[in-house]
Amino acid sequence: MKRVVITGQGTINALGHSAADTCAAMRAGTLGIGELDIRDVERLAIRIGGQVRGYVPEDHFNRQQIALYDRFTQFALLAADEAIRQSGLRFDGDLALRSGVVLGTSGGGMTTLDENYRSVYEEGKNRVHPFVVPKLMNNAAASHISMTHNLMGPSFTVATACASSNHAMGQAFQMVRTGASPVMITGGTESMLCFGGVKAWEGLRVMSRDACRPFSANRNGMVQGEGAAVFVFEEYEHAKKRGADILAEVVGFAMTSDASDIVMPSKQGAARAMRGALADAALSPEDIGYINAHGTGTAANDKTECAAVAEVFGAHADRLMISSTKSMHGHLIGGTGAVELLACIMALRDGVIAPTIGYEEPDPECTLDVVPNTAREATVTAVLSNAFAFGGLNAVLALRSV
Amino acid sequence: MSSSVAEKVREIIAEQAVLDTEDVKPEATLEELGIDSLGLVESIFAIEEAFDIQVPFNANDPSESDFDISNVAAIIGAVEKLVAEQERAAGG
Repeated sequence: MKRVVITGQGTINALGHSAADTCAAMRAGTLGIGELDIRDVERLAIRIGGQVRGYVPEDHFNRQQIALYDRFTQFALLAADEAIRQSGLRFDGDLALRSGVVLGTSGGGMTTLDENYRSVYEEGKNRVHPFVVPKLMNNAAASHISMTHNLMGPSFTVATACASSNHAMGQAFQMVRTGASPVMITGGTESMLCFGGVKAWEGLRVMSRDACRPFSANRNGMVQGEGAAVFVFEEYEHAKKRGADILAEVVGFAMTSDASDIVMPSKQGAARAMRGALADAALSPEDIGYINAHGTGTAANDKTECAAVAEVFGAHADRLMISSTKSMHGHLIGGTGAVELLACIMALRDGVIAPTIGYEEPDPECTLDVVPNTAREATVTAVLSNAFAFGGLNAVLALRSV
Repeated sequence: MSSSVAEKVREIIAEQAVLDTEDVKPEATLEELGIDSLGLVESIFAIEEAFDIQVPFNANDPSESDFDISNVAAIIGAVEKLVAEQERAAGG
């Protein structure tokens, strides 16, 4: 088995247009959630979200590219550019033939779907732009990254709702670990903040109208976000040989299925995934200093997640830190685990634990140290990143400092 | 009407080829203008939108389509024919 390290990271999300800006915002406990600025927002009951602000596609892409790239693809390309630039890798020869892209996304080109459904159903048009299919398909972002960076090995997209990026990164980890690929570009992207995307979530009645307050007794639901984060997963010797700057090591991954309910989480499924990741990483519970929680801010998730952590970690559960950065950037659905991995890497590399902001009242059912409201300096050497999706699909990654 | 159809078609092709309209010569082929298969499909979409016509074009086998795309002049001629048919059908 080969060791797998991270040698590049990139992102665009409500907190920033780069990894450095996003980490600085997390460190400062910045709220990236605000009033939604989208078409027909007045017909929505939920009018807040972690929207990417100050983003002008024309600053990054030409007219033909914009005609082909849905917003979720644009975000993924920008994040991948940043990550690959940081890694210093160039893909040619054998490296290009064996390296690929595994991305998580849940909705794919939802803005494209939304706009074109609107035009044919609402406006009664009978003709749509010829690029609707290549623009909306879920694998468009992964494919455009492969084309832009000459990645000719295994590339595909994983869709497991809110766990998509963790499943994707877990897959990439296993591919590098087994030697199938020396380098994999991985992470997730999502852009669901369009009228139809928000309206669909509204229907489920789990959305907050004012804020995402994970683990706080007065929490009242989740808030959607958008954006992408992409990482370079590289085989350790390959990275070492070329003197790459290693950000962290990926040491374990586990996935489980609750096999019980399409929306309600299960303590057992979550606990099995965390235990599995520890076992895969050969870490003991006491090694873990920080958990980036799934922490959606819904009653169902937060209670279940805290109970699962208490079960897996026993007495150590009261010593470790666990925070939900969704309170700042919102829930990026299929892209969320990727943005949250930035907080894990920041904890390992910079010794800064991102806070759970919006925390107002202790909840007797969530008594863990959730790093309320203010970032904390602490030395941690191993962390977990949790993702528990609708459909009962759980994916947990374990990272270690190098 | 006819000359304005020609002008509009050239404008659409020019936009796709990222050229000035005057550089889109009637005898030029799409290949010479650097328009690939996706660019062609997008141009046809733009033509349909601009003139509110249906262009009988099948990207699977362009040569079998009843729409001549051999060069810019042929496309203009085909569009003029379709626009004229449309006007007749509308009783115009």
